[in-house]
Amino acid sequence: MSALLTATGLNKRFGGNEAVKNVSFDVHPGECVVLAGDNGAGKSTVIKMISGVYQPTAGQVSFNGTDITGKTAEAVRSAGIETIYQDLALADNLDPGLNLYLGREKTKKVLGLPVLDRKAMREDAVEVLKGLGIVVPDASASVREMSGGQRQAIAIARAIHWQAKLVIMDEPTAALGVPEQREVMALIERLKAKGVGIILISHNLPDIFAAADRIVVLARGVIAGNTRPEDTNDEEIVRMMMGATL
Amino acid sequence: MSATQANPRAGASLLKSLLNAWSWLFLILILAFFETYAQIETGNTFLFRVFNLQSIAVAASQILLLALGLTLVVVAGHIDLSIAFSTGFAAVVMALVVRWAGPEAGWLVVFAAMFVGLLAAILVGIVNGWLVAHLDVPSFIGTLGTYGIARGAALIVAGGATVSIRSTEARAIGNGDILGFPVPVVVAGALALICHYILAHTRFGVHTYALGANRAAVERAGVDVKRHLMLLFIISAVTAGIGGLIYTSRFSAGAANAGEPILLYAVAAVFIGGASLTGGQGTISGTVIGAFIIAVIQFGLVFSGLPPYWQFVAVGLVIIVAVLVDQSKGRITGGSG
Repeated sequence: MSALLTATGLNKRFGGNEAVKNVSFDVHPGECVVLAGDNGAGKSTVIKMISGVYQPTAGQVSFNGTDITGKTAEAVRSAGIETIYQDLALADNLDPGLNLYLGREKTKKVLGLPVLDRKAMREDAVEVLKGLGIVVPDASASVREMSGGQRQAIAIARAIHWQAKLVIMDEPTAALGVPEQREVMALIERLKAKGVGIILISHNLPDIFAAADRIVVLARGVIAGNTRPEDTNDEEIVRMMMGATL
Repeated sequence: MSATQANPRAGASLLKSLLNAWSWLFLILILAFFETYAQIETGNTFLFRVFNLQSIAVAASQILLLALGLTLVVVAGHIDLSIAFSTGFAAVVMALVVRWAGPEAGWLVVFAAMFVGLLAAILVGIVNGWLVAHLDVPSFIGTLGTYGIARGAALIVAGGATVSIRSTEARAIGNGDILGFPVPVVVAGALALICHYILAHTRFGVHTYALGANRAAVERAGVDVKRHLMLLFIISAVTAGIGGLIYTSRFSAGAANAGEPILLYAVAAVFIGGASLTGGQGTISGTVIGAFIIAVIQFGLVFSGLPPYWQFVAVGLVIIVAVLVDQSKGRITGGSG
């Protein structure tokens, strides 16, 4: 199977400081690649070069066979790469339907005037969430009243509803309790089953081993290891994170 | 699981809907209070007299014209203090144009004068929008600045005095009625419907709510936030400006300070109506009730013969109560997850 995303020789320099050096890896459809590493290892810089927030100093990113190196964040999104940030970019005071459609709301005509079709958007949200195995008790409640796992699901639902082929998730379990962390892990499994590629940033070892099909370890801006979870163990990953190369 | 969780959830939501309806209850309460007072003190009715109802509705309309656009700005997480003098500026400019055209001016000139007055207000709105959207000036400070500038501009063009006019057409607009409803009430009612439609039923309205909750989310969703903020401040200036046009028409005079005493009431109406300083909540129907609560207090206190200064005390107290209710709402229903 050909790769969905290929990063080749990515390099990012901020002034005299080389934050990321020669990073290369692939993501295949339905595969979850975990970018692991300590704080400051360059994980965020790498995903920002993929999502179009940063321009790489050198290197190339290709997605679905086309070169997307240096494209704007907007262009990368419409190409099918969605980034889910830690704050989830949800409007807490709106219901899941309006969050799903934020910026692209559905309207209907009433007496010749365009009027928001809240019901249709809500039903779509319930449908998409059901596809992710999440049932919200009250779809007309604001997102604020929902659990961390449900909120994460809404952010993911928005990504896949707009046909994302690759989802980048930045520490999705960082602010969650244990049951909600499990919910998110289950969500990742279902996304994989749909053939969506995932890049997951994490430094939580249980998460890494639970979700990863491949683990790419970064240390001080370089790849310290690229391995499959069944070929390694906690101890080795930690050693790689600390900067010991294979 | 559902049985044990259903009860507290139902209890909380009942309490929540009561708190959301508190402004309705409060309005009914003060009406009942003044009615009882009137029955005991004078043996007459307070509420069931057309003159009283009209006076309350006109007073509420004056407040509403400033508060309607302000509601949208507050929902987006901002504030517009300059409306006090967008009103005055529009009032003065309209009066100057009518006076310049002479007493025989006719309908066309009066409407043209209104249009020019409205443009004066829109100018203030554009400056506000530019400051907040493009220069990232906090709206409290930015609109406090334009509050001063519009005040000065209105006083300068008016020569520091009230600009009186003689126009039967303007007087007909300010003091006439349509099917028994005073024109200011009809205008405020129509604007309230338009603002309700915008806020509750359009994409622009959803983006306004979302802006108040999470600006970054709205930007990432591809909405042009700068343009949106610009439009919000223009809408606010337009409704306040129309307030100025109504003022000049009612009193046959344009005064620079036409809106100044109403600013506090307009801000109060918005917050009594359920909006929050942090943005993301508030409704036009809430603001309408808020405006009526203040108008009833104003008129009721005058009616009951208390010195008029008590209205300031009463309205101030109601604002504080509104904020306390808002806070307790957060304490009771928030904190989930």
